[in-house]
Order: sequence, then structure tokens, then C-alpha cells
Amino acid sequence: MDTKDLLVWSIPFFPMLGAILLGVFGKYLKNYAGYIGSISIVISFLFSVALFITVASTHGFTAILYPWIYASTFKTNISTYIDRLSVIMLVMVTGVSALVHIYSIGYMKGDKGFARYFSYMNLFVFSMIMLVLANNFLLLYVFWEAVGFCSYILIGFWYEKKSASDAAKKAFIVNRVGDFGFGLGVMLIFVSTGTLNYTSVFGMMPSLPGYLVTIIALLLFAGAVGKSAQFPLHIWLPDAMEGPTPVSSLIHAATMVTAGVYLVARCHVIFSYSPFASHVVAYIGGFTAFLAAFIALTQYDIKRIIAYSTISQLGYMFMAVGIGSYAAGIFHLISHAVFKGLLFLTAGSVMHAMSGELDLRKMGKLYSKMKITAVTFIVGALALSGIPPFSGFFSKDAILADTFNKGYYILWIMGEVTAFMTAFYIFRIIFRVFFGESHVDPSVHVHESSKVMTIPMIILASLAAVVGFIGIPPFDHSLFYLFLHRDFQNSFVFSPFVNYYPWFLLSSISVLAGALGIYTAYLFYIKQAFDTEKIKRIFKPVYELSFNKVYIDEIYDQLIVTPLKNFSVYLWRVVDTFVIDGAVNGLAQGFASFSGRVRRVQNGMVMSYALTLMIGVIALLAYYFIK
Amino acid sequence: MDINAYLIVAGILFSIGGLGVLIRKNLIVVFMSLELMFNAANLGFVAVSGYLNLISGDIFVIFVMVVAAAEAAIALGIAIAFYREKGTINIDKANELKW
Amino acid sequence: MGLFLKYILSILIFFPLVSGIFLFFINKENERLLRNLATFLSLVEFIISIFLFVYFKSSAYEFQFVEKFRWIKTFGATYYLGIDGVSLFLILLTTLLSFISLLSSYKYVKVHVKEFVILMLALETFMIGTFAALDILLFYLFWEFMLIPMYFIIGIWGSARKIYSAVKFILYTLAGSLIMLFGLIVIFILHYDQTGSFTFNILKLYHTHIPLGLQIILFIAIFIGFAVKVPVFPFHTWLADAHTEAPTAGSVILAGVLLKFGIYGFFRFAIPLMPEATLILTPFILVLAVIGIIYGALVSMVQKDLKRLVAFSSISHMGFIMLGLFAMTAISVDGSILQLINHGISTGALFLFVGMLYERRHTRLISDFGGIAKKVPILAALFMITVLSSIGLPGLNGFVGEFLILVGSFKQYTVFTVIATSGVIFAAVYLLWMFQRVMFQNITNSKNEQFKDMDLREIVTIIPLIFLMLYIGLYPTPFLSRIDPTVTHFVNMINHHKYAYNLIKAKIGLFNA
Repeated sequence: MDTKDLLVWSIPFFPMLGAILLGVFGKYLKNYAGYIGSISIVISFLFSVALFITVASTHGFTAILYPWIYASTFKTNISTYIDRLSVIMLVMVTGVSALVHIYSIGYMKGDKGFARYFSYMNLFVFSMIMLVLANNFLLLYVFWEAVGFCSYILIGFWYEKKSASDAAKKAFIVNRVGDFGFGLGVMLIFVSTGTLNYTSVFGMMPSLPGYLVTIIALLLFAGAVGKSAQFPLHIWLPDAMEGPTPVSSLIHAATMVTAGVYLVARCHVIFSYSPFASHVVAYIGGFTAFLAAFIALTQYDIKRIIAYSTISQLGYMFMAVGIGSYAAGIFHLISHAVFKGLLFLTAGSVMHAMSGELDLRKMGKLYSKMKITAVTFIVGALALSGIPPFSGFFSKDAILADTFNKGYYILWIMGEVTAFMTAFYIFRIIFRVFFGESHVDPSVHVHESSKVMTIPMIILASLAAVVGFIGIPPFDHSLFYLFLHRDFQNSFVFSPFVNYYPWFLLSSISVLAGALGIYTAYLFYIKQAFDTEKIKRIFKPVYELSFNKVYIDEIYDQLIVTPLKNFSVYLWRVVDTFVIDGAVNGLAQGFASFSGRVRRVQNGMVMSYALTLMIGVIALLAYYFIK
Repeated sequence: MDINAYLIVAGILFSIGGLGVLIRKNLIVVFMSLELMFNAANLGFVAVSGYLNLISGDIFVIFVMVVAAAEAAIALGIAIAFYREKGTINIDKANELKW
Repeated sequence: MGLFLKYILSILIFFPLVSGIFLFFINKENERLLRNLATFLSLVEFIISIFLFVYFKSSAYEFQFVEKFRWIKTFGATYYLGIDGVSLFLILLTTLLSFISLLSSYKYVKVHVKEFVILMLALETFMIGTFAALDILLFYLFWEFMLIPMYFIIGIWGSARKIYSAVKFILYTLAGSLIMLFGLIVIFILHYDQTGSFTFNILKLYHTHIPLGLQIILFIAIFIGFAVKVPVFPFHTWLADAHTEAPTAGSVILAGVLLKFGIYGFFRFAIPLMPEATLILTPFILVLAVIGIIYGALVSMVQKDLKRLVAFSSISHMGFIMLGLFAMTAISVDGSILQLINHGISTGALFLFVGMLYERRHTRLISDFGGIAKKVPILAALFMITVLSSIGLPGLNGFVGEFLILVGSFKQYTVFTVIATSGVIFAAVYLLWMFQRVMFQNITNSKNEQFKDMDLREIVTIIPLIFLMLYIGLYPTPFLSRIDPTVTHFVNMINHHKYAYNLIKAKIGLFNA
């Protein structure tokens, strides 16, 4: 193990150590738990930056810790694969995590499970780091599930609440549905290539038949759909908002849910050999982006709106990686992590100030009382809406321009419409929460959050303002693109650029869409230019559809959950108890009743036994003589 | 030597004994009938043994007599115990060991 | 030391029985001493078994620690013991679980303590004997002996419907094993006809040539015998009752060790004795295995009784193991054998937790619990790990086995594997739902307010199992490296027959054409 390896392994080591320490000794650590939990992540962040610098100046490498599963021809190691993609993810994950951990010290103050919370969070960061570092599909799968598990325990952190424990279970199970596909994909990869190492697998791809590559890619994508909450498995993410807000910020906005995008980008070789699978990725992404934004329009719960927004933005990322613009997808992933993490943290700050209230209808005019929160929220919202010079503008525009340039006009239109809706719903929050009339319950004492919470928010807000500049100059001349280019050069371009339109033309359309969204929200909620009730009535079916989340939960419940439950009860009550056990018990009863009759022969009378004996002897003799 | 006469007598004795066992209810009489069957068998043994000029039949007879004597002792003991228990030696009353 | 190692299997087999006889001479009033002594002796037994692990040569597939003595000369029965990589771990599992289940019953078993500990020790002897025997007669003897203590353990210390369950258990398994005995005797006689010498030596019987038609009939007979033990889908109804009504220790042994005998029987006897029949019947067996996976999971989902839920989950898990074993690739069989151990560990632990809950509340109905996680943080945390291990969460033991099974079966039996993989989703559904209803939400039943967390003894009971869950999950190499040579040899042996079988098939095809 040389120093570089040591550097790599120390990144996951500290969060793991933190998780164990806090898990075992949490009770005795009291308030120090928060500091220990945060310091471990900060250390890990510093090491990540060091690794980033190392890799940026040299090249990627592999580090093996120990042989893991060796069964016959199946061989996998615990080992890492470091390239520019993984270090960039690593810096983002540990950086956002560190800020969220610090924020949590303030947010979770006084909670009974303070140490438990930080233990879980450290465990999550450890798993996420390992997910990014893994150098083979099995290890990736392991930590893929591990982050899902961390998400499960953190969503259900306040397990006394039925809604929280239900949401946690739902998240885990829905993710499992996706992982079912992912698992099959991993198996298929092993069966068709005989290995699970990234480099070897990618090297084998050209020699595999096309349909096999497509199946592999689609199966892997099934996992991504689950983890990144894409349609049709997006239903868990809004419910996941039952967890503490920093959890939503870190896991359900910045890091874990982006793992699906990371997966597709990591497997870009596989996807680029299957245009069909890539298109499936792109269109599912585009549809999800649209659908989620549509649902977000009418919701009242701040966190849920932002959750739908996350789903929608993840849709953009899938759109990007689906059309082969991997760098643009990862760029949006990074900038989204920053501004969406920020939005959740500020929403948490609002929630903190409002004693847990999240309903838009019960807020208003908070700007004067919590300026820092309001300003940082607006920064995040501008970034999300794609208003220059905030980060979202650069990254979202990179995606939209690529869809247009590569000739995916339907996706482009969906993307622009989504951009409009995005700006609308996020400014709907701003106008209803920070401005307008106050509907706040007078008994609630609204106050700005403590420094430990506002400082991470300010840092993220500044990042959200500037991080986009790594995306200039536009398209594939940008700093970011050039940095990642080396990792993606093996991907085979199946859709050559149709055309380069002037970037400012496309950008101004997107900016216009965003600005229009903001203006519409302004008309609705500040000017009150329209009678909202009337509009609701006119568009009733559409409004109802959006308000009820397109009824997807209900459809699943009616089509899958209830029939499955009924079928299971049927299996138990009828097949198991009645048919199989009935047959067994019936057989036993048959024997019992038969022998119940036969035993009457044994009547206790010696004479009758003697007679039987005699008859037997005579019969035998008769038989003997006759023969 | 005409063995048939011996065997016929033995057969008759055996049948009488067998009928006695089947028909009579008195434990002592049943027991005596049983002894009769034993002796019928013994008669057969000695007859055949003498006819074939062998000694094994005779040895068997001695055996049977010894066993029968021991058995008689036990059987009569059981009969007495049974009488004490039930106040009768009618074997129809000894029917508890059933089903 | 040399002598000790030479006879270590006999020592392992008879040490518990001798201990049991020794305990006979202790006054039954002295329950404390009896319990402590029995637990201590089973711990000693476990420590002895560790020597097996240490001195086991890991790269060899041949039987090790072999002991062979003449037993019944007239029909060639021998006292023939030996272990390979598979029986090694099953013996270790037996000794560990016996110790743990004795330790776990300090509170649960309140009456007839002396009889209980003696029966448990006797049971241990018979179980180890079954795993170590390489002589069919010896094997069958231990196999049947095993039922007797188990029958009493369920029948005496069980709960409400204990008599029904005990009788059902013994009749079911006896019926199965008698059919199996018939099959084994036929093979014994065939071998005599072919070689002119009587032998029960399994290694020699492997070479018996059995005509294909007869082979199929015999295979079905022997299959039923082992399938009842596994249990394979339609033969499973004894399991739910026996597991549910047995005391905790009984459930742990039943799930942890007894279910393994079915798979072990297939591995050691049914498949190598009748390879061609195995190959022909594999599709049918796999159908049953896959039905078992899904069926067990679905039925488990709607159970109201905790123990019954765990019992049905066993059916699902054993379905995976059957799938891996009969898919007959080195990877899948490796996975199956590892999963045997994993299932013993996780399901054993699940039963221990259900037992702990029962001891506190005297109920096993899921609806009687709820919200107790905050009263019992340690229990909740350890229970959670166990549940996750049973779900097959990566990083814990269940995952390694399950994944190897699935990846090994994938190529040849893709459809079965895909269906089986969906069982992984259901596992998450039924176990997490159960966990949520027991541990999470608010306390609704005031009786749960006084819930006590685990005491030291209970923690000691569970910790070895939790440790193994993590260890096998993170570093399964010490296990796989010992299992693999045996399994590779086994698979090669069967595939050799497969080759011959395909040749025959090709020839028949030639004639038909």
C-alpha cells in the first residue's frame, strides 16, 4: 500500500470510524457527537481534495484493499477505481456532506437521537464514498444498496411517526424493485463477460452482441430509475421528506439520488454501444422532468415541492446522459447538488423557524424576519430557474443546448416547458413564503436560525452563484468538459452533432422560459392578477391531476399492492391451510378412521382370538392340502 | 408298528383340547384343555420318534413337559389373582385389554 | 494432540452424549447447576469443533479426519466418519447453535430442566453424527435418532398446539425418511448384485450403476425423503407448525441445523448416487424451488404470528438454496453451501429475537407489539442487523450466498433466476413490514411500556451470530476457500455424468433419425 492508496482508503475510513464510534458510544458523547460526526467528514473532504489534486495532475489508478469473494471462477476484490469522474463526485459528496453535517449540529440540537443521527449520517457518507470509489459492479451494487439502507434508516429517523416509518419502508422497497433489475444486470454482465471489473467489462463491450448490451444497459438503468426516483419508480422520493431536512438535503437531493446518473455516466461505454437503451434513458428522463415539474405546480408542502423539483432535475440529468452528453449531465449533477442542497437547507431553516410547519398556506411575509434564509433561498431558486449567472443556468443550458444540437427536439421542447414550470413553482414558494400577506399562526415565534446553520447556507449560496463558471466557455470547450473529457473519450458517439446553433440563441430561449415562469408566479402571487380559484375551476381536471400526483400511488395500490396482498392471503388461507395441509391432515384422518374400525377386531375376548387363530390354522392346512 | 393309530388318537385329543379352549368359559377348564393339546402334541412326538427310531422327539417331549409344568404354576397363579380381583374365573370377564 | 486430532470426529460426536449421561447423576432440583453445566459443556464442544476448522486442509476435496472401524461385518456396515468442506461448516454450525440455543433457554424453559438439557445434548450428538457419517447405515441411524429428542423438545416445551405439531413433525419426517430408506436399500442391493460384496460405504456406492428408469424412481423416493426436511414447496406444512410451536431453542435448532440435512442429503447422497436422474429431473426440482421462493415470501408477508412469519421465510430461503444446488455450477453450489450456513445464522438469530420478545410479552402476535424500539435500543439495533442479513443486504452474509447462487444459476436457468431474484424484493417487503410493525411507530399497547432491553446473557447469545453475519458479509474467503474445492470436485463429478448422459441422448437421437 503506497501513499496514494493510503490517501484513497483514508477517505472512506474516517466516516466509517465516525459511524462506529457514534453508534457504539453515542450515549456518552452527548453534544460532542455533532462535532465528531462533522470533523470526520471534514477530514474526509480534505483528503478528497488532496486526491482530486493528485488525480487532476496525473492520472487515475486502482487500489486493492483485499480479495472479497472468491468462489470458483467468480472473483471480486474490495478495490477502488479512481479517475476524474470519481474524484469530482468525491469532492462534491464530501463537500456537501461536510456542510450538511455542520448545519445539522444546529438543526438537530436537542433531538433525543442526536448521536444516532450523526452515526447514520456518517455511515451514509461512508457508503456513498465507497459507491463512487468502487471499481467493480458488485462493490458498486453493495454500496448502492448500502446507501439505500442508510436512506431507509434516516427517512425513518423519527420512527414513532407512522408516516415516517411508512415512508422509509416504501423508499426501501421501491428501491429494491429497481435494484432487482440492477442485480440482474450485474449477473448478466458477469455471465456474458466473466468478470465484473469496470475496465475489463468495458473492454469486452465491443465484442458482445448488440441485444445483450441493450439488455445489460436497460437492467442497469432500472437500478438508476429506482435510486434516482425516475418515473415510474419516483413515488418514494416525495414521501422520503418525512426524514429530517438535512437528510433530504444531503441524501435526497445532493448525493444518493444522483447515484443513478453517476451509474449511467460510469457505464457510458455500455450505454454508448446501445443507442436504444440510451434513448430510453433520455426519454424517461425527459418525461420524468416534465411530469415531476407538473406535479410540483400545485403542491402545498414546501419540502415536497422541492422533492418533485429534485425528481425533475434528475430527469434533466438523465436526458443529458441519455443523449450522450455525459459531461453536461455530470455538470448539472454537481451544480444541482449545490443549489438543491441549499434549497433544502433553507427550507429546513424556514421549517425550524416555523416550528415544523411546511404548508405554504400558513406562511407569508417571512422575508423581514429571516433575511439570510430568504436571500440564500432566492439564490438557490434563481440557480434552479436557470437565471444567469447562477450555476443552474450554465448546467441546464448545456443540457438543453445539447438536446437541440443533437436533434432531440421533443426533448428540447419538454425541457424548455419544464424550465418554465420550474421557475414558476420555485418562485411560487418564494412569493408565498417570504413575501405577500402573512398567514403565520400568531403563536409561532419566527426567528432567524443560528450561525451554525446559516453559515453552511451562505457557503452553499456563494457556491451556487459561482460554480457555474466552470462551464464556460460553452459546450465542449468548457473547463469542466475538458477536465472530464479524458474519462469519456472511450464512449462511442452514436448521435453525431447535427448542428451547432449559436449558443446565445438557445440560452436566451431558456432564460426567457425561466424569466417567464418567475413573472407568471409574480402575477399570481404578488400582483394577484388572476383569480386563482377561478383558474382552478376552469382547469379542474388538469389541476386535480397535478394536485393528486397523477394518481400514480393510487394506481400502484390498486393494481399491485392490494391484489398482491389478497393473493398472498389466498395462498395462505386456501392453498397452504386448506389444500396442502388439508391433504396432509386428511391423509392422517383417513388412516385414523380406518384403523379406528380395524381395531374393533381386538375385542379383549381371549376366545375370539383363539377362534381366529384356529381358523387361520385350518385355512392354512386347507390351502396346503388343496394345493 | 402302525403309527396311524397313535396319530389319530393325538389328533382327536388335540381337537378335543382345541374345542375346549374355544368353547369353555371356565379358566381352569380352558387351561386343562390347553394341557390336553400339549399332550396330544407330545403323543405325536413320541409316536414319530419311536417310528423313525430317533431320540430327538423324546427330548422334545421332556422339554414340553417341563415348560408345561412351569407354565401351569404361573397360569394357576394368574387364575387365583384373577379370582381375587373379579370374584369369578369366567374368562369372558377378562376383556379389559382391548382396542 | 495427534491422537486427539485422529479421533476428533468421534470425540465431537460422543462428547455431548457422554455429557448428557453425566448430567443424569445431578439432582434435578439443582436447575442452575444443570443449566450452567450443560451450557459450559456445549461451549467446550464448540471449542473442540474449532480445531476441525483450524486443522482442516483447505485446498483438498478429499475427506479428512477419517475414522473407519468394522461395525457389522455380515452386511458390510462400518463405523466410517470423515468430513469435507461442506460438512465441516455444517458441524461448526451445529456446535455453535447448540451452545447458543442452550444459552438462550435460561428463561424460556422453566420446567423439566434436566430432561431438556440432556435431550439437547443428545440431539447435538445425533446431528453431528449425521453430518460426519460416510456409511449409509450409520447415517440413517443418526438421522432417525435425531427425530426423537426433537419430538420431545417440541412436544414437552412447546406452546399451545405442541402435541399436534410434534406428531406432525415426526410423522412427516418419518414418512419421508422411510421412503428414502427404501431407495437406499435398493441401491445397496444393486451394488451387491454388481460387485458381490455388501457395503454401506457411500464412496463405493457412488460407483453403482443404476439403470436409468430405476434411477428415476429411486431418485423420486429419496428426493421425497430429503425434500420433506428441506422443505421443498409442497412438503413444507410441518415446518410452520413445528417452528411455531417449538420452544426458542427448538426453533433455532430446527431452522439452523435440521433444515440443512435435506440439502446435505441431496449433496452427499441423492445427487452423486443418481446423477443421470438428477439431470433429467432438474427442471422439475427447480420449478418447485422457485415456487417455494415466491410462495414462502408471499405467505410470510401476510402472517400475523412472528414465528410463523420467520418459518415461512425459511421456505423462501431454502428455495434459493435448492435453486443453487440443482443449477449445478461451481459458483451456484458454492453459494448454496454458504447460504446454508448463512440461513442457519440469520434465521437462528431471528428465532432468538422472537423468543426474547415472547419472553417479555408472552405473545407472538405482531399486532401486540409496536413502538418498542425506543424502549429497547440495543435489541432494536441487533434485531435490525439480523433482519437485514435475512433480507440479503449487501455487506452482510445473506447477500454473498444469494448473489453467488443467482449469478451461478443465471446462465443456464435464466428464467428461474429472474423469478427467484424477484423474491429478494418480497423479502424486503415482509421483513421490513414486520420490523416496522413490531419496533416502530408509537406504543399503542400499554403493556409494552415496561419493555426491558437485552441483558448480558442475551447479548452474549446474539453477538457470535451478529459477528458472523458481518464477517461472512465482508470477508467470506475463509469459508469459500474451504467449501470451494469440495464443491468443484462435486460439480465436476456430476458434469462428467452430464457428458455421458448427453452422449447417450445424442446416440438415441441418432437412432431415431
